[in-house]
Amino acid sequence: MKVLMFGWEFPPYISGGLGTACHGISKGLLACDVDVVFVVPKAQGNEDTGKMKLVSAAAVPMPVRRDTAAGFSGALTFFEVNCPLVPYLSPDQFAKHNPAAFQESQHGEMENETQTTHYTFNGGYGKDLMKEVWQYALVAAEIADTNSFDIIHAHDWLSFPAGIMAKEVSGKPLVVHVHATEFDRAGDSINMQVYETERQGMLQADQIIAVSEFTRQTIIHKYYITPEKVVTIHNAVDNSPRTVMPAVSPFREKVVTFIGRITWQKGPASFIEAAARILKIDKGFRFVMAGNGDLLPAMMKMAARLRISSNIHFTGFLKDQQREQLLAKSHVVVMPSVSEPFGIVPLEAIRAGVPVIVSKQSGVQEILQYALKVDWWNTDALANAIYALAQYKGLSGMLARESGKEVAALRWEKQAQLMKELYESLLNL
Amino acid sequence: MKYICLYFQVHQPFRLRPFSFAEIGGGGSYFNEEMNDTILQQIAQQCYLPANKLLLDLIERYGGRFHVSFSISGTALDQFERYAPEVIDSFRKLADTGCVEFLGETYGHSLAALGSEIEFMAQIKAHADKIAQLFGQRPVTFRNTELIYTDAIGDMVHRMGFTTMLTEGAAHVLHWKSPNYIYRAASSPELKLLLKNYRLSDDIAFRFADRNWEHWPLAAGKFAGWLHAMPSQETIVNLFMDYETFGEHHTKETGIFQFLEAFPGEVFSKPGYRFVTPHEATTFLPPIAALSMPQPVSWADEARDLSAWLGNDLQQDAFSVLYSLEQKMQSCRNEQLRRSWLYLQTSDHFYYMCTKSLSDGAVHSYFSPYDTPFDAFMNYMNVLTDFSLQLDKYLVKKKKLMDEGYSSKTRLCF
Repeated sequence: MKVLMFGWEFPPYISGGLGTACHGISKGLLACDVDVVFVVPKAQGNEDTGKMKLVSAAAVPMPVRRDTAAGFSGALTFFEVNCPLVPYLSPDQFAKHNPAAFQESQHGEMENETQTTHYTFNGGYGKDLMKEVWQYALVAAEIADTNSFDIIHAHDWLSFPAGIMAKEVSGKPLVVHVHATEFDRAGDSINMQVYETERQGMLQADQIIAVSEFTRQTIIHKYYITPEKVVTIHNAVDNSPRTVMPAVSPFREKVVTFIGRITWQKGPASFIEAAARILKIDKGFRFVMAGNGDLLPAMMKMAARLRISSNIHFTGFLKDQQREQLLAKSHVVVMPSVSEPFGIVPLEAIRAGVPVIVSKQSGVQEILQYALKVDWWNTDALANAIYALAQYKGLSGMLARESGKEVAALRWEKQAQLMKELYESLLNL
Repeated sequence: MKYICLYFQVHQPFRLRPFSFAEIGGGGSYFNEEMNDTILQQIAQQCYLPANKLLLDLIERYGGRFHVSFSISGTALDQFERYAPEVIDSFRKLADTGCVEFLGETYGHSLAALGSEIEFMAQIKAHADKIAQLFGQRPVTFRNTELIYTDAIGDMVHRMGFTTMLTEGAAHVLHWKSPNYIYRAASSPELKLLLKNYRLSDDIAFRFADRNWEHWPLAAGKFAGWLHAMPSQETIVNLFMDYETFGEHHTKETGIFQFLEAFPGEVFSKPGYRFVTPHEATTFLPPIAALSMPQPVSWADEARDLSAWLGNDLQQDAFSVLYSLEQKMQSCRNEQLRRSWLYLQTSDHFYYMCTKSLSDGAVHSYFSPYDTPFDAFMNYMNVLTDFSLQLDKYLVKKKKLMDEGYSSKTRLCF
């Protein structure tokens, strides 16, 4: 069996959990004897692909004269409307963006007399995102036309148009995989174009995979998809051996850590508020907030206003190595996300031997029995849980040990096997 | 003559209120008055009052042939006195028939037998005093919390002057032995042991309302038929269960009261049967063999061991912190602290922390006021930490008062 897969990210070029998950899924499928052709917008050449075939959309020759969009269903026509909204850039970043990058490849660049062209892709989440998504879909149609495969699997909305195009051309079944929805990224002020792209992908798909029951419910209730069409297949983690850092802390106090983008979605204010509640009673704590994001200045101000700045540390974005060092110092890791389709940070913390507190509004809590769970807005409960983990060894020891076992049992091969069975059911095998 | 021994356990814990870490050191109240009151009122209406009335009727109907026994925990008695005194009155009416034996147990329905011998014995005495005061009889038969038993516990109980003790008779505890005889404790041969017939007891306590059970619906006649069919050499059947089985675990709609009402008559439909209390049983029947139980047994869960209360780190941590205070408690005469100390030892607090329910035992979550065992642990530990601080405060104050008293008497200053 051969799957044609579309995804916007692939390690090492990733900005979130999507690329990591795509990598795990591909490796897992290969282990289950499924061939994977993975199409990214732009391959860098140093990806760890193993036996998998990685295709760079930027390298696919495209016939120029063909009016590619014609003949496809109206589902995609809205894409031709030039979108002024760029969902992944803040206004500041947008202004900084080099306008020169916009000029080239407006219509693709002419290559030679054989009338083919290549689209250029940045492959990130920049200003030309919508245009690139559309070009990516055109390339997908070409790939689907010239390659043989059994099934199409598209990850998140950026590759949904590609998946739909490939299905139109080939007639093969389409599986869309939802790692996050617009509601997770934007809260209630959603970008309707992104929403519509997600919904079209879900409607056109033969089957939808959600990374958690939490996300499945969003798909059913906010995208109005029939429940039977959506299955939950949780993410796993890469369980290859890791070097455990010695737990050394420069502080005598207990270290409580938040790692993640400092955006509304991640619930940083709950963390600061819980910190203030604890520090009011017990100064034996230090709180570390690692990450970057639009709410970072606001969080610093909040900490100052609450007069807890001396016990709270903002580190900015941390690279892998620094993250590991921080985890080695931490006694508790907190993920108070407002809306988290899955949530990989708690699993990393657990692998580093740290007990975790996760919000009930997260997908990862569905696969963890040995984690403390609180509603993200319930800062009393959050403070109580942090305090208990720091003070009561019976609890922290048990959670660290037992959650470690839970995470060690997660395997991408197992999840990929579920996906393979899903493919087989769609192919009536 | 064959004997049937009915023993009903009556117990309610003092459930804790949500106690935040921010309240530690504040010395606020620990117990959820409202919840405890509400639950007790409800169970009194569903179970204790109607079941007591029914048993009273049955005793009057069958005269001397229908006897029953109760073990009522001290915490349950305290709650009756506080929230539903009419329940005490209805038990007193039963006591007045002379056909009811009240058993001894630890006042706090505690695990003290495993934590502190001194505390264990003190609680047994306090409970026996309470029973004597309320019902006019001093217990001679003992049943430990959740039927927990080891040879060592049997020995302590015997030294307290009890002549009979109840424990679990599950197959993997007894191996080839039958629970349908009286045994003597290997450690203290004068102590007689009555063993729960777990299959027949659980047919009523657990399976009665289970529609998937092959014997559902269970009529009293059918159940009595099983008793009549017992091997002729076996002499006694011990049916031990929670009293809340009647009307609470199984609601009245399941027909559990009709079952209880018809049960004695069905048993008496054949001659040669008689209902006895544990103490009466030991006067009629001699023990047939010595029984040794070096490992702890109980009547809980499939494992019938201590794993429901002390099986995980949370429970063991909480338990060791609790009993590390025992030494200090010996010099505490403060009524409120003593009462809290007693109520905090109730085994239910540990049962709520059981993590077996994460995978299987829905039974644990059925009884727990908490969402998760972790919540149960955190709340308990916050309370216990506060309690320990209050105890220290009290002891410092007490020492200061004693020193002052001493120096004023002797005119010596230190």
